[in-house]
Parts: sequence; C-alpha cells; structure tokens
Amino acid sequence: MAGISDATQMPAGPVVKGKLSRDDILMRGGMMVIALYLIITLALPLYAMLSKSFSTYRVELSQYEFQISDDAGVFDGTILNAEVLNQQTGAIDPAELNTGSDGRLPVTGLFPDFSFRSPVMYQVRNTSDEGRFLVGSTLQDGTDWVTLDSNTFRRVQLRPVKATGFDNFINYFSTPALFNSIKNSLWIAVISTIVTVTLAFWFAYALNRSCMRYKGVFRLIAMAPILVPSLLPGIALVYLFGNQGIAKELLFGASIYGPIGIVIGSIFFTFPHAFMIISTALAISDARLYEAAASLRATRWRTFWTVTIPGARYGLISAAFVVFNLVITDFGLPKVIGGQFNVLAVDIYKQVIGQQNFEMGAVVSVVLVIPAIFAFAIDRLVQSKQVALLSARSVPYQPQPNQRTDLISFIYCAFVGLFIVGILAICQYAALIKFWPYDLSLSLNNYQFDKMDGGGWASYYNSIKLGLFTAVFGTAIVFFGAYLVEKTNGFRTGRALFQMFAMLPMAIPGMVLGLAYIFFFNSPSNPLNVIYGTMAILVICSVTHFYTVSHLTAVTALKQMDREFESVSASLKQPTMKLFSRVTVPVCLPSVLDISIYLFVNAMTTVSAVVFLYSPKTSLASIAVLNMDDAGDIAPAAAMGMMIFYTNAVARIIHLLVSKGVLVRTQAWRTR
Amino acid sequence: MKYLTTTFTSLVAGALLATAAVAETELTVYTAVEAEDLARYAETFNQSHPDIKINWVRDSTGIITAKLLAERDNPQADVVWGLAATSLLLLKSEGMLEPYAPAGVENLDPKFVDGDTPPAWVGMDAWVAAVCYNTVEAEKAGLTPPTSWKDLTDPMYAGHLIMPNPNSSGTGFLDVSSWLQLFGEEGGWEYMDALHENIARYTHSGSKPCKLAASGEIPIGISFAFRGAKSKAAGAPLEIIVPSEGVGWDMEATAIVAGTANLEAAQTLVDFTVTKEANVMYNTGYAVVAYPGVAQPVEHFPEGLLDAMIDNDFEFAANNRAAILKEWQSRYDGKSEPKS
Amino acid sequence: MTQHHASDETYLSIDNLWKAFGAFLALKDITLAVKNGEFVCFLGPSGCGKTTLLRAIAGLDLQTKGTVMQGGKDVSNLPPSERDFGIVFQSYALFPNLTIEKNIAFGLENTGRGKAEITARVAELLDLVGLPEQGKKYPAQLSGGQQQRIALARAIATNPGLLLLDEPLSALDAKVRVHLRHEIKELQRKLGVTTVMVTHDQEEALAMADRIVVMNHGVIEQVGSPTEIYREPANLFVADFIGEMNQITSTVTKGGRLSVGEKTFACHEHSFSDGTPVVAAIRPEDIIPHEEGYDADDPNRNCIDVLLHEMEFLGSFWRCRLRNERFGASELIADFSINAVRRLGLGEGRQMVIELPTDRLMAFDRPEAS
Repeated sequence: MAGISDATQMPAGPVVKGKLSRDDILMRGGMMVIALYLIITLALPLYAMLSKSFSTYRVELSQYEFQISDDAGVFDGTILNAEVLNQQTGAIDPAELNTGSDGRLPVTGLFPDFSFRSPVMYQVRNTSDEGRFLVGSTLQDGTDWVTLDSNTFRRVQLRPVKATGFDNFINYFSTPALFNSIKNSLWIAVISTIVTVTLAFWFAYALNRSCMRYKGVFRLIAMAPILVPSLLPGIALVYLFGNQGIAKELLFGASIYGPIGIVIGSIFFTFPHAFMIISTALAISDARLYEAAASLRATRWRTFWTVTIPGARYGLISAAFVVFNLVITDFGLPKVIGGQFNVLAVDIYKQVIGQQNFEMGAVVSVVLVIPAIFAFAIDRLVQSKQVALLSARSVPYQPQPNQRTDLISFIYCAFVGLFIVGILAICQYAALIKFWPYDLSLSLNNYQFDKMDGGGWASYYNSIKLGLFTAVFGTAIVFFGAYLVEKTNGFRTGRALFQMFAMLPMAIPGMVLGLAYIFFFNSPSNPLNVIYGTMAILVICSVTHFYTVSHLTAVTALKQMDREFESVSASLKQPTMKLFSRVTVPVCLPSVLDISIYLFVNAMTTVSAVVFLYSPKTSLASIAVLNMDDAGDIAPAAAMGMMIFYTNAVARIIHLLVSKGVLVRTQAWRTR
Repeated sequence: MKYLTTTFTSLVAGALLATAAVAETELTVYTAVEAEDLARYAETFNQSHPDIKINWVRDSTGIITAKLLAERDNPQADVVWGLAATSLLLLKSEGMLEPYAPAGVENLDPKFVDGDTPPAWVGMDAWVAAVCYNTVEAEKAGLTPPTSWKDLTDPMYAGHLIMPNPNSSGTGFLDVSSWLQLFGEEGGWEYMDALHENIARYTHSGSKPCKLAASGEIPIGISFAFRGAKSKAAGAPLEIIVPSEGVGWDMEATAIVAGTANLEAAQTLVDFTVTKEANVMYNTGYAVVAYPGVAQPVEHFPEGLLDAMIDNDFEFAANNRAAILKEWQSRYDGKSEPKS
Repeated sequence: MTQHHASDETYLSIDNLWKAFGAFLALKDITLAVKNGEFVCFLGPSGCGKTTLLRAIAGLDLQTKGTVMQGGKDVSNLPPSERDFGIVFQSYALFPNLTIEKNIAFGLENTGRGKAEITARVAELLDLVGLPEQGKKYPAQLSGGQQQRIALARAIATNPGLLLLDEPLSALDAKVRVHLRHEIKELQRKLGVTTVMVTHDQEEALAMADRIVVMNHGVIEQVGSPTEIYREPANLFVADFIGEMNQITSTVTKGGRLSVGEKTFACHEHSFSDGTPVVAAIRPEDIIPHEEGYDADDPNRNCIDVLLHEMEFLGSFWRCRLRNERFGASELIADFSINAVRRLGLGEGRQMVIELPTDRLMAFDRPEAS
C-alpha cells in the first residue's frame, strides 16, 4: 500500500536528549547510592578476597648473604649468597620456598659442614630492606651483618616475603587433606539433596493431593526448621545418637559424628525450603490433565509418572539445587556434627580461625563459590521457566477423599513431623537437664549463659538487635532499591547492572562473604574500617547476604503495581517520593512486612555470614550456640538455640498479627 | 524481668562510674582471658592506678592472634594482656612487640620470661595438658585408667579417645609439640601415628574433649587440667590424669605492642601484671602462676602437675609451628571415614 | 459544533518527529498541528505508533528526533512533570489505597491550594463527572466506567492545558463505552481543553473527534475531520480501515475513466495518468439501486446490471452481495435501505441495475504485492 512501506531513513544529527526532572535525578541518584552500597558491600570485598587468594608468601633466597669465619672466629670477607649455596648443595627443595605468611625456613642445611658445637662464627644479612629473618624469635629486617656463633646460627629462620601467583592453588590441590573436602562436600550435598527432595516431595504431595486431616498443623511443623540455626539439629543429634544418646542403638554402632550426622541434620534444616518450592509446583498443576488421564483409564502409577512428575519437574529441579546450595555452603552443622569429615565451609573456618592462614581461607572460598554459583545459576534458569508455567491458565486440582490414600499420607506426614518436632523437643529437653546423662533432674542451669563462653545473655540481646536492625535497614534499602530499579525512567544499562548486583549475593556463601569482609573492611587503608568489629558491619553483612530473596520479593510486589502510577503522578506534577510513600509502600505493605520477617529470622539464625565478623561486644546468639558447643557446653548451646527458635516463633506470630492488623487498617480497599 | 532490670541498673551504674572516674589515659588491651575474669583484673589494677582506663578487646586465642596479625601495619592495641606465649612469639617474630623489662620481673620464675633482654613478653600463668578420664563410662567400656601417654596407644582405648585438633586449638598444638619434644621428632610422629588409631575424632576447641568426657560422650579426653578440675567440681565423674612422661603447657603472657601511643601507661600496666598482687589474682583461675610461691592449691587439681610440666621450648614450637601443622594435617586430617 | 471553542490558533505542534527503538522506526517524520480546544484522535491498528506518539507528547517516552511545541513553548526534551497535561490510561491507574476524593485531590496538593479549596474542587469535579456521592469509597468499590470517570476527574483537576487519553474506553464493555464516550465528549466541550485521544476503535474516533489522525506503520496516513476521513480517504489504507469499502481492480483509461472488465466508469477526480493500474473503490451505502428496466448502459451514468446473490438483514438496512462477471470473481457489497428494498421489491436471485455515483467512486493506487 502506498505511503506505508516508506523506507525513509531517519535524518542524521543529534538525538533529543531529555532533560532530567528533579525526580529523575533523585531516582537515578538513589539507585546509584544503593548500587554503590552493593558494590562496597559485595563486589569490592569479593575482589579483595580474590586477590588475597593469589597473594602468596615466598622465601627469596637471593635476598640473604652469609659469611663463615675460620675456627678462630676471623672472617675472610668471602660473601656467600643463599641462592648460590642452594644451587651447590640442593639442600632446600624449591617447593619449600613457597609457603604461608607464617612460613619459616632454617638455613643450616645450606652448610654441609655445619655443627652447632663448632667454634666457627657466622654472619648473615638481608641484601634488601624487604628481606626478613629471625634469630630465635627476634626479627631482623636490617641490611647490616649479624654475627652469630654456631649454636645461635642454627636458630636462624628465613621469613617469606609477599608475592603474587597461583602457588596457593597449587598448594591447595597438592594437599590431599584439603582437596578431599571438595569430594566430601559434593558427596554430602548430593546425598542430602536426594533424600531431602524425596522426603519433601512426598510430604508436599500428601498435603496437596490427599484429603488427610491436620494439613495446617503439618504445614506449620514443616516450616519450623527455618526458625533455628542450621547447627541446632547437630546438637539434637548428639543427644539422640551420640555415645550417650537416647536412641544410639538405631545407628547400629555407626558414629553420628561424620557424614551420617551431616546428612540427617541437613535434611532437617533444608526440608522447609524444598517443601515450599515443591508445594508451589504441585499447587499449580492443572486438574484438566488428571481428568484427561482418568478418561484414558491410565493407572494411578502411570498418571503419577506422566502427569504429576512432569508437572512438578521444575519445582523438583529448583528444590534440588536450592538444597544442594544450602548444604554445600553450610558451616554450622558440619562444624558441630561433622567429626573428622572435612567439608569446604569448615575448612575455611579452620584455615582462618585455627591457623590464621587467610590466603588459604581465600583459596578454599574461591573453590566453594564455584559449585554455589553453578547451583544458583541452574536454579535461576529453572525458576524463570516455572514462572512461565505459573502464568499459564490452569484449573487447580482438587483432591477427592480416599480413605486409604489419606491414611497413608497421614502416617507419612506424621513420621516426618515427628522427626522435625523430635529434633526440636530433644534440644529443649536437653537444655533443661542438669547434667546429662548423670543427673537427669530438671534445672535452669543451662540458661546461665553469662557463666559460659560465647557472650552470655548479651549475645542473645545482640542477636535481637541485629535482627531488628537488619529488618529495618534491610527492608528500607532493599525495597527502595527495588522500587528505583523498577520505576526509574530510561537508564537501561544502569538498571541491568543493578539487577545483576542484586542477584549476586544469593550465589555467595555466607562464609565467603564474611571472609571477604575481613579482607576488605579490616584493611588499615580502608577508611571504612571503623565499622569493623561493630554492630554496623554485622547488619551490613546480613543485609547483603540476604539481599537477593528480599529483592525478588520486592520486585514481584512492585511488578503487580500499575505501571502508569508514576506517569500519572508526574503528569499531576507530584514528586515521585510522595507517590512512593502515599501509594507504593502502603499497597506493598504485606510484601514489605514479609521482607522484614525474612530478614529478621535469617539474621537471628545465621552463623556463617557473621562468624568472622562478630566482636566480643557484638557476639550473637547463633555464634554463642556455636562457641558453647565448641567449648563442650552442649546443653547451654541447645538452650540458646531454642531461645532463637522461640524468639523467631514469637516474631513470626507478631508478624502475622501485624500483617492482619495492617490489612484491616490500611488495605480496606482490597475488600469490595 | 527482674533479671533484666538488674542488668539494666548495673549497666547504668557502671556507665556512671566509668564517666566519674578520673581516667586520663585509655589503653586498648587485647586479651584471651575468660570474660568473667576481666572485670576483676581491671578492678584490681584500677585500685592502684585509677588514672588508666582499660578498654578490653576479648576473644579466643586464635581470633585475637589473627586480629593482631591482621593489624600488623596499623596496630590498634596498646597492650596484650593474657594471650598464649606461642602467639606472642609469633607477634615477636613479626617485630610487633616492644621489648620492656617490667619493674620486678626478676621475681618471676625465669621459665615465664622471654629469653631476650629486655624481654619482649612476660608470663602470667600456665595451663597444662592433662587427660580427663570418665570413670563411669570407662568402667562400662571395661577400660583401665592410663598412666602415661604411651598407655593411650593401647588398642584397648580404640575409639574411646578424643583430642583437640592442633590446627584449630592451642591446646591441641601444645600436646603435639610436647610429644615432639618428649619423644623426639621421629618418635613423636610414631607416637601420634599409634595414638591416631585410637582417636574417635578431633575437636576444634581444647576444652571440648574434657567436657565431652565429663558428659560421658567419650570416656577419655585429652585436654587441659584446669578444665578438668572445673568439670569435676561441677559433679562430673572425672579423674584428671597426669601422664608420667610429662605434660605440655603454654602460658598466658603480657606484652606491649610496638608503636603504641601510650607507652608510659602501657609500661605501668605491664609493671602491674608481674606484681605479686597480680599473680594472686591470676591464681583464682589458674593453678600455676609466674610468681613463685604464690599459687594456692586449686580444688580438684591433680597433684604433681607442676613437676610434670616439661621444659617447654617455645621457640621450637613457634618456629616449627607451620611445618608441624602441615605434617599433622597430611597425616591425620581429612580422613573421610569416621572412626567409631 | 465545537467551533466556538476551537480557535485557529495552534496549541500543540509536532515537527519532524522520529522515534527509533533500536533499528525499528516506530514513528517516521511525524508533523502535526493541533488547534487550541480541539479534540484530536490518533486512530490506527495496533503497533501503528499512535501510543508512542502520545507518550512522546507527554514526555513519558522521549522521541529520538524532532520537536514538540505546546502553548508556544518548546517542550521537546522536558520531563513529564515539567509539561502541562493530564492523562487517563486504559487501566485507569487509580491509586487503590486512596479514596476517590484523595485520588482526585492527589494533584491538587502542594500547589498552594488550601484544604477547603481542595475539598471544594474535588466536590466540583465529582459533580462534573456525575459521581457526587462516591467520594469516600475506594476505587475497587466502583464499576469500571465509574473508575474511568474518576481517572478523568483526577486528570483535569489541575486544569491542564492538554488532556491526553490513552485508549480510555477499551477496558469497558460495549454499552458503557458508548455512553461514556458521549460524556467525555460533552465534558471536553464544556471545558474546552485541547484533547488528544488514542484509540483503535474507528467508531469511537468518528463519534468523538473534531479531527482524526489516521496512522499506520509509524506514519500519518491522513488528517481530517471525521467526514473528510470518511468521505474523502486519502488512500486505500484509510479507505479500508475506516468503514467498509468495495475494492475493484481497475485501470485508468482515456479521460481518467476507470476500466473494469469491458466497462469504463466515470469517477471522482484523481491524478493518475492513463494506463495506471488502480483500485476502484466505493462504499456499500453509496451504491444506488435502480428499479427494474433501468438503462444499464446510460453513458452518462455509472450503471451496471448485477445479480442480487445474497441478502442479509442487519436491522436498519440490508446488506446485499451483488455479482457481475465483469467484476471478475469479486462481489460488490451494497447496503440498501429497508425502504428501497421494499420499494424495489428486491429479493435474492433478482437481476437488478445499480449505479455507482461518479463522485463516490474513487480511484486509489494499487498496492504492488497481493
């Protein structure tokens, strides 16, 4: 048709550059501030950690020179370089030169004739200001000759200097004790994933596809593990299956300290996550497919494999990778119950806290991040497909009562419920016992936290403080950030970058983030190091660690808002912030509250993100559980763990009441 | 609620007192001493020196050491009061300590003072390795009490033994270094090879083996004597065994951090830490203190422990620490099969 | 008519406006002037660029090139908040948690108006849109039509110089739509506010607009009053998009006549040269039925005999399908009044003579492909 397939070209020349309104500037500025927050609290620390993993220590033999006297103690002036000496003698294996920050290298091997009884004197010096060696424990970093008798000379130890390279990684992969952990971690994660997903699937199946009773109660029980730190089931398992455990016969002599304990504990703490995801997947399945299967006279077994499983497949895959990620990055549980079974997350802790080998800690962190990111990426991919399924129009499945199915479902759920409640109950019981197993009378002795290591009751109040701060500041930052990224005009690249940064925290294990914070925030050259050791760094770390899920919740809520609100508001010449406070926040209030409780509960229970960052003044309840268990005060640890449980349960109830109250008061518009 | 109110009142009172005191100098003091002892230490010090205020930074030995090392180029602490000597040796070898001979240092047992003149650090008290033996559980398992380290390698004890992992526990390391000193390098490793066969698992902390023994989780825990005495006092059926070959030990010590802006106040504090008065104070928590003749017997503390303390070569321990730990790790760590 | 409101003075002018989304050109060289007080409709199929043009006028999505002048001021690069317009969207975009009153008052706040003044203005607006009693309710408690009126009230609350309506009636059901379009038109007349409405519904455009801008593939096909657009479509697209149009493949012959098969017809004047392939077009209601025996070969009239093949009763008229082998395979559609059918005694299967009035038979460029 004429005039329509006009192949006209746009004339060359400048493109119209929009003038930014005050709101545009404000919103872009705000977004940059929050992006900057994410860069400072995530990208830069991770970079610091990565560079730490490449920071090595090496003894530079060429930096040392020696002189040897005759028997009378007279030096003839011949200067011997250590490197040359080593080439002649081959006394020091080149591999020994690569060492840690704490490395020391004795030198007597370079002198085949050395005897500590000989009257021969030695002189030693650094050739540059960077060289360092010890005489005994005394540091010598000057370039002047140091004269030593033979007996003292054997106390000379060369010290390494800083270098950069792959040596840490080479060292890591040539130490079986270390890299075995990769295998262990993967193995534990895979086994836990298979068992948890299977158990959670049938649990969700029973709740979704049967007409059994007490579904609400079971749902509640299934969610309970979210309210406790991951190491609590470990403590429970000690009381259940430890050498003095009440049910240790069930293990038939096997030890709970090791993979068995880690797997059982992992099942406990990852169960709610798997259950939620699979339950959602089952809830959206289409009843019409079942009707079709029934009309084709398919057996129940066949229907299950051709309709149920394919319908829930994204949920299953997603749950599998979420559980995998939780298990492989978890630190508290293997720390408590892992025994000699080394896993990556605990290795990081041992390297850093036990040996102060920060470089190796960074290397293990890098190794741990790889499977975590991989699992995370697959989960995201699958989730996006699940959303597509969700939006398709389908008829929800309504289960029909069936006495047999309902009974089997009930019995199964009762078993799982008993497992979860049992774990919590044994902790509470043990916490009230005076001296397990010798004095089983009840007492509150184990609640005298101030008499134990771990920070006492102060740590409990600190945790509540951390939870509240994290909830308040975190919700504000996350929701405002999500609003800005969703509603800012133009600025595509900036927004895409922001989205990427917002997704990143989920892929970073808490241990890794915490360690990265040490490197970044504890650096003397970082002006932000004033927050090191304060409550602020714990809040920041928690907010950043739990950023992604909160961000996604906020984005989902915001996407449901009419996209034209901002246009209307601008046309009415009202500031966007007025719209934000008068409309956006009130309408999204249920989601805002959800984000707050999520952040609160997680800040209360997290161990891994804060274990490197707390200070004596800011010790936390979850850390106290860890430290009390570490010190052997297991019953008080259980008591503190249960305090976290009750606190979170109360917080949940308050959240529920507030949400309801808020709905009644401010969301009257929802009811017609 | 009453508890809360009390805490609050005491907090307020404490804050008021703190501001009221004439604190001319503030010292940042890093320590690994038990939290419950710190207030007492500061109080005793302030009785004679009200003009110096102590700001405690307390954490476990490993973490405080790590913190000090991390702050090497920008030290935050003025004084370290109550940290393992092996840790202080590490700091010394980094040139981080200010050598100072406190007034009255000559009164101390020379074992407790750094060999250099002036000494870089001075000791306060010692904690000594010991074996915690749960008589009830041992009897159930049909065990007889060991009397020496070598006894512990008897196959009878297989799976009934727990010790701390030297890679994460100072107590674990002092055990290992003492064995290497007692039995020689080769003999030491041979001993540990044999011992490893009996070990059920290695714990992260040094006090845990004894607490596990106290709670019957394991019959025998290699730990330190003081911990055992505490558990015994709490009613655990424990016997604290001092192996006949001698036992490893480490001490808590004090040092001035090089580069402190408050050198004079720091010296005043360190002077105080070697006084008899201070040593009496240490004795409440520790059976072995640096000032000879001060120590009062501690309840349930095993007899003959002082004599059993080996002539510990701290320099050997510090200079070979990295190599020993690496060797230990390659021999015993990371075995995936748990022993039962 | 609205002439006493609409002056000849241009209020909004768009010059050489382009909008590119990557390589795709959504608007190509748009130039348009809207007079003060005028009601203009952007009409076109979906994807034609009409909404893009509206959003460019509002500053919601900036054009790539070109200028927009409003009230004599260059607003080309101004953000929406610095322009002067009120806007109503298809989704109403009412703030769900605010009452009707607060929704309307939203734009009145922070403008130096006192509380009493705002309350009075809100009441006035509620009256104006015919919902005086609903102020305390929430949007969800109103019907779609009522919500759209509130959105309109909110948009005009601050007396903007320009009212933009983005498919305001599309979400409503047919009856409400017809009713509301009348009301909006009335309101616009009363207020005399320059209005631009985007719609894909030609009926809506014809009924409401002072002028219609027909758009397709990012260009303006024609601008004109509803009658102009309907009676004098500038091209086949406009002719086809608005109303019904018979299209007959044809060629221009001597004297500008159109040859169809063996016959040639006189037609509305055009500028095609002899031999140009064209499409001859006539609207169904323009075909005149003649009584039996009428001379089909009268050289002064465009008459032709046809077979009345099929009749369909559509209430106010009959839609008839007429055949003649000279038109090839295609049928002519004619809408005959009930009167005419009765008067001429028309029925299916009848042979009859029709006339294609010279001034209603138009020639358009024939599209090259299919």
